[in-house]
Amino acid sequence: MRNPLSNKITTIKPSGIRKFFDIVSEMEDAISLGVGEPDFDTPWHIRDEGIYSLEKGKTFYTSNAGLKELRQEICNYYGRKQGVVYNPMTETLVTVGGSEGIDLALRCMLNPGDEVIIPTPCYVSYEPCTVMADGVPVILPLKNENQFRLTPEELEGAITEKTKILILAFPNNPTGAIMEKSDLEALVPIIEKHDLMVISDEIYSELSYKSKHVSICSLPGMKERTIVINGFSKAYAMTGWRLGYALGPELVIKQMIKLHQFAIMCAPTTSQYAAIEALKNGDDDVVEMTEAYNQRRRFLMNEFKEMNLPCFEPFGAFYVFPCIKEFGMTSEEFALKFLEEEKVAVVPGTAFGDCGEGFLRISYAYSIDDLKVAIGRLKDFVEKLRAEK
Amino acid sequence: MREKILKAIEKNSRIDLKELAIMLGEEEINVVNEIAAMEAEGIICGYHTLIDWEKTSIEKVSALIEVRVTPQRGQGFDTIAERIYKYPEVNSVYLISGGYDLLVSLEGKSLKEVSNFVSDKLSTLDTVLSTATHFILKKYKDHGTVLAKKYVDERLKMTP
Ligand SMILES: Cc1ncc(COP(=O)(O)O)c(C=O)c1O
Repeated sequence: MRNPLSNKITTIKPSGIRKFFDIVSEMEDAISLGVGEPDFDTPWHIRDEGIYSLEKGKTFYTSNAGLKELRQEICNYYGRKQGVVYNPMTETLVTVGGSEGIDLALRCMLNPGDEVIIPTPCYVSYEPCTVMADGVPVILPLKNENQFRLTPEELEGAITEKTKILILAFPNNPTGAIMEKSDLEALVPIIEKHDLMVISDEIYSELSYKSKHVSICSLPGMKERTIVINGFSKAYAMTGWRLGYALGPELVIKQMIKLHQFAIMCAPTTSQYAAIEALKNGDDDVVEMTEAYNQRRRFLMNEFKEMNLPCFEPFGAFYVFPCIKEFGMTSEEFALKFLEEEKVAVVPGTAFGDCGEGFLRISYAYSIDDLKVAIGRLKDFVEKLRAEK
Repeated sequence: MREKILKAIEKNSRIDLKELAIMLGEEEINVVNEIAAMEAEGIICGYHTLIDWEKTSIEKVSALIEVRVTPQRGQGFDTIAERIYKYPEVNSVYLISGGYDLLVSLEGKSLKEVSNFVSDKLSTLDTVLSTATHFILKKYKDHGTVLAKKYVDERLKMTP
């Protein structure tokens, strides 16, 4: 029989998390700090709107780009938060999670051989989606000493005449790094000089603890160059609803809608109704959850300080990214040993790019009580390793 | 800071104050002083424990009683409310808007004890016009805490 597979798909490595996932799933008594989604339930009033829409029989396709009212609310939200005006009819697309938006944006903008600069460590989908869209991923390793922010020098150094897209994903998964306004401003002249497009994955935008998140689309001249990817998964604890959106210049969004229409038809209708409620009346929920995350973040930073485990202070998302280089093990070895001996699962930094070597991603999407138990075990483990040395 | 402290200790009054200070990004001494000040100002009125008596072998019956009263000239509802809350078996007394005046919650050892209290003590008070007693059959949620069900983490154990 002939090989049924495409050459492209077989070159793509499976996600680095897979292996650990299989081990952890087998271990009944393991506790996990490896989860990348909120521990909160979707606030009840949002769920209620979803249920109500079902009761009313709202069970049909919506328009391809999404419910008009939802697109309007999304534009209101970006107006309110970033002071940027988007047109709900031409510059807005409701997607199946931020995930779909990332895929669509890459597929609609790349020609074979175009380079995409992917600062790492980062979320796992940018590189494979780039390859599937015939682009060439250019991995740009960020540095702990810069608190995993992207500097203008690093960006300049990664650009060639083939570069077309820069992916910016801040607040960042897995590092928790943020880019403040001045950090972004420093990149703009380079982006303009080399005529780049930016895909700005702002899925963690609400979870920013030092200053309010600033989107690069709000900087002068950048709206036309930016595809904003955002969604409801993290801010409103709605991962399972599979709902996100893309905002950007009409030229690109129009093509993304076309592809979305053929590939997906429309995002889930029930989720769209619930999302309208989230944007209209969900601000207080977001504030409350963000405060809870922030308290856990401070708790963890203090614990690391007490056990002398180096960790830059992350100001975003719900991850911390401590450095474990002192133990002379790879991230994967450390994570495996920690899992075997203490029954706590963390994700090795290398699951998010080679430059994550020497780091662990620890999620604080857990209650303080759970965190205390798990961090207590990390403390024991670290002490044991140090004593052995 | 006050609001954050209150929110935290309303959920867990036994929280370690050093830990609370870390979580709020404040100095411990400031948190301790703020709590002391709120105690002195009567903002913090007590530290109670939420108990699911159902799970013990101790018999307890709780009831909510709607009370209609005639307000007294010059004193409104305060005097009668005070008469009622002085009984130690009374847990809470609220002045309520709507169809009746006071909502009284109380606990007793048995249905009989509670009904005796209502018929002998409460309804015989001068200004009490009528009472309606509702016995609580099951507490699903109390003080923001779900009693009936335990939290299970249903998320996949590891996701990117
Ligand atoms: C940085 C980042 N972007 C995008 C996503 C995808 O989120 P969703 O498709 O649920 O909107 C995730 C999920 O973990 C993420 O961490």
